[in-house]
Amino acid sequence: MDRALIPAGLKRCSLPVFGLWVLLLLGVIGWGVFAGGVVLLKALNVTGLNDYFGFGAYITADLAIIALGAGAFFSGFLYYGLSRFFPSLKELGKLINLAVVVGFVCYTGALAVLVLEIGQPLRGWFGYWHANVHSMLTEVIFCISCYAIVLIIEYVPIIFENRKLSEVKPIKVFGHSMHDIMAIFALTGTFLSFFHQGSLGGVAGVLFARPYAYRAGLFIWPWTFFLFILSAIASGPAFTALICGTIEKVSRKKLVDRSVYELIGKIEGVLLGIYVVLKIADTAYWGFVQSPGLGLKLGDFYWGPYGIWLLIAEIGICGVLPAVILLSPSARKNNFLLFGAFLLDIAGVSLNRFVMTIPAIAAPVMPFDKWQVYIPTVYETAPILAMLAYCTLIISLSYRYLPLFPREKELNRA
Amino acid sequence: MVIDLDRCTGCGACSVACQAENNISFKPDESNKLRSITWMSLYQLNNGGSYPDYKYSFLPRPCMHCDSPHHSPCTFVCPVNATTRDEHNGIVTMIYPRCIGCRYCIVACPYHARNFNWWDPKWPEPMESMLSPEVSTRMRGVVEKCTFCHHRLLAARSKAYKDGTDPDKATYTTACADACPAKAIAFGNLLDPHAEAGKLSKDPNAFQILKKLNTDPKVYYISTQDWIKKLSDNAVT
Repeated sequence: MDRALIPAGLKRCSLPVFGLWVLLLLGVIGWGVFAGGVVLLKALNVTGLNDYFGFGAYITADLAIIALGAGAFFSGFLYYGLSRFFPSLKELGKLINLAVVVGFVCYTGALAVLVLEIGQPLRGWFGYWHANVHSMLTEVIFCISCYAIVLIIEYVPIIFENRKLSEVKPIKVFGHSMHDIMAIFALTGTFLSFFHQGSLGGVAGVLFARPYAYRAGLFIWPWTFFLFILSAIASGPAFTALICGTIEKVSRKKLVDRSVYELIGKIEGVLLGIYVVLKIADTAYWGFVQSPGLGLKLGDFYWGPYGIWLLIAEIGICGVLPAVILLSPSARKNNFLLFGAFLLDIAGVSLNRFVMTIPAIAAPVMPFDKWQVYIPTVYETAPILAMLAYCTLIISLSYRYLPLFPREKELNRA
Repeated sequence: MVIDLDRCTGCGACSVACQAENNISFKPDESNKLRSITWMSLYQLNNGGSYPDYKYSFLPRPCMHCDSPHHSPCTFVCPVNATTRDEHNGIVTMIYPRCIGCRYCIVACPYHARNFNWWDPKWPEPMESMLSPEVSTRMRGVVEKCTFCHHRLLAARSKAYKDGTDPDKATYTTACADACPAKAIAFGNLLDPHAEAGKLSKDPNAFQILKKLNTDPKVYYISTQDWIKKLSDNAVT
């Protein structure tokens, strides 16, 4: 029924099967939208947040999804920016459309959740009007919204490649013209993204009265600024590759050459390796030099559910381990190890965002204060799951109706 | 502000006076202390000992109006300049209609001196008609905190202007200091060596909470008890 919309020469599942999948996703989205509506109507008192936990699941999810969406800007930077110097990076062109779609859904989804996070959503625009240039959040507001616009601009020509849309000549010409100047947007996005990934790290790092989160740094930027950039680029392309691998598994088709995965694995391995080394150095300095100066020791930052396991899981299991796997050429040839390492990498970065958000404020600062535990309610989890469902829906629709993978036809020729 | 903990009896009059003076709303059920709005909180401290060595004290905690260089922890992070420090008098104030409710300031404050309005503010009848016209009420979804009774400062400045004296030299006291039956709270210009608060802040037993964090609170505490002083800041043991 929708065959006319599916890219020529490509096979997709039947419409009823796809319809059921879409219905399932719409169900989750509807559930999340309802929960979000309740939050807007009844206010944030329906969440698990309180005056101790000013930030919670919304911010954690936003930080994580934005880090994982970094595949868009970093792949674009490698492909449009560096591939002329390193021709082997041209391989990433086979995945670049998916990277843009993933970036688009991650950023727009995060923005939607942000609307729920603030107590006065109608005043969201005050961030531009009354901007405090010293606040990292101001930088985040500016860069994320600007970059979301860039991603829309990058996504539009991909939509225009739809079989039916491209039959309309003005649309086709417009789409092609946009493709020609895409390098400019990709590099603009790179500039914006480096800043906002960093400023998201700065959000925690500048809290000089919160020893758990606070980090010294370079000029106005705390070390977390640089660590967040590095961890985002060390996990974003891995997330894109993992999604591509998942689509391949579900659709039982080959979408990109295996060499693309191996190239991403190699790049991510190097970046993750550098990140892990710097993260260990940062943790050591924070735990053994900086914090004692503020009257606290490393052990003071870990308690109960927010125990030392977080550090071991984040840096050891989800940091060192995937870095070692990805740096090994023979391990990269093994699908289980390669995709397992991608998964651990993604889990580690998400865990880092969680640690820098929730345990960072759960830890008492005043000596007569007590640890608190944060438990999100369904009004937080439902919109987050809905955001993930929205991401899945847009990726599913894009895969079905847009020529995302230039080599798909060739690779699946029977 | 200087608070003498040896004098404080923990009666809570400061907290109640603050609540009434500043139109702080409350709910029928205030059992969740992590969501109840209290500008002047009362902590009960103890030395961790067992009877007969057990000792306790109360610690009233208003906003510290941190004087750290450049910015207070909260004013530094507010993305919309809804909370700023008036460098003329050192008071950290809030512009409620500008606050977007991001709660970044709540996260930044190590003293938990900031409260979010989780609900629409409500008062039981007939309390709504008894609200102070001097202080604006706060809407749902914004952050609020102790202002050192800033409206009293404005009133004192207006009076000085009318009286033909220098408004910059106008003095006033906060509602909590007024209400304390034990006279444990002294309020005034810390920089004025003749003001009571200025003198008390130089007392050998005066200390600040979390001094190591370089927040430079403008609230000093006085106690002769060493265990309380030790509790004022974290110390690596």
